[in-house]
Amino acid sequence: MVQPLTYFKESASQTAGPYVHIGCTPNFSGITGVYETDLGSGSMVNDKTRGERITIRGFVYDGAMTPLKDALIEIWQADADGFYNSPSETRGKADPNFLGWARQPGDMATGEFVFETIKPGRVPFRDGRLMAPHVTFWIVARGINLGLNTRMYFSDEEAANAEDPILSRIEHRVRVPTLIGKREGNTVTFNIYLQGENETIFFDI
Amino acid sequence: MKNIPPETSPFFPRDREWHPPAFTPGYKTSVLRSPQRALISLEGTKSEITGPVFGHNILGEFDNDLIVNYAKPGEMAIGERILVYGRVLDERGVGIPGALVEFWQANAGGRYRHKKETYLAPLDPNFGGCGRTITDENGGYFFKTIKPGPYPWPNGVNDWRPAHIHFSVFGHGFAQRLITQMYFEGDPMIWICPIVKTIPDENAIKGLIAALDMQNTIPHDMRAYKFDIILRGRRSTFFENRKEGN
Repeated sequence: MVQPLTYFKESASQTAGPYVHIGCTPNFSGITGVYETDLGSGSMVNDKTRGERITIRGFVYDGAMTPLKDALIEIWQADADGFYNSPSETRGKADPNFLGWARQPGDMATGEFVFETIKPGRVPFRDGRLMAPHVTFWIVARGINLGLNTRMYFSDEEAANAEDPILSRIEHRVRVPTLIGKREGNTVTFNIYLQGENETIFFDI
Repeated sequence: MKNIPPETSPFFPRDREWHPPAFTPGYKTSVLRSPQRALISLEGTKSEITGPVFGHNILGEFDNDLIVNYAKPGEMAIGERILVYGRVLDERGVGIPGALVEFWQANAGGRYRHKKETYLAPLDPNFGGCGRTITDENGGYFFKTIKPGPYPWPNGVNDWRPAHIHFSVFGHGFAQRLITQMYFEGDPMIWICPIVKTIPDENAIKGLIAALDMQNTIPHDMRAYKFDIILRGRRSTFFENRKEGN
């Protein structure tokens, strides 16, 4: 007999369901008076936050090209200098005025999600090469059995995108644009397609 | 907090044979919401192994007591009073301190407080249905609530959800982010639920069923259910692959 390898299994995922807002954004769902504000709601920046202000907006489309009106989207990103506000960030100290995490429900009538944030700096890949600026997305909703992970890169970072270690190893180049948010002025539009010809690249992270 | 350095190594790969697949036609809504192309593997960069930290200052006094957190002063939600408790662990069995755990559920009659809810069961004026807490230094958590009721839902013509509580959990890395549901020991509705049946492995389903724990009941007040939540583990040591000369 060898020593047993005793590992637990991750709890199996279950869909967030149609009422994920009750738990994650109760004020948005009409349940007021329990939490003062919904966690992760509102602008991600204050007057002291360093970096270029941007607005990220978009829709999540299903396989019939209908926007989801019950999705919940969370984002996680580095600060303007490329540092994460996390204890596991060991390279330096992130901007104390920027959490880097936010959560927004799609609008109940239209499905649009909006994040008021800053453009992140570049973060090194595991081998030290710099990744292009990007925002990590996590999407849950009724009908999604396990949260979906993707990344949004920026259309105004062509040179950085071209040398990004993740983008550059994607075999089907025709799919790469599904990861690029289109920047016009200070607005970056990022639509997520769950299925179809333009199905967004999702990652097993 | 203990004076130990933060962990910075990548997480164990997610076992996608254990989780429900994206496309599960028995759960109809998944049909048009399931990506059809293969996921692209992306082993832990800084963007995945880091994650936000939430302090206890976000919590209100009654955030983990759903019996009173929406009730009028002096009143309480109607239903079977229960204490739900357990630990948030990782796959190595290590307790995860400081983990934000959020939960939401239907009332005792199986009705959610939501604009889009159409079930005819009545709302309880003293029950909102949401709560949250942050795990202690050993990964432990608890909250008080009423046992939610089962309810019918539009999928098949006679599909019912078993009594359940939804959980959203943050670990220490964004790659650990998880939403799941807790079921109750002995409920025959579990095994005929199309959403439960999206999980291919019977043992994975059993891992979502909370045990009735009569040792931890509060006498003359509430019974206890124990529900441990397991998040992805991470490598204990991190050896970076580097090309020679780097």
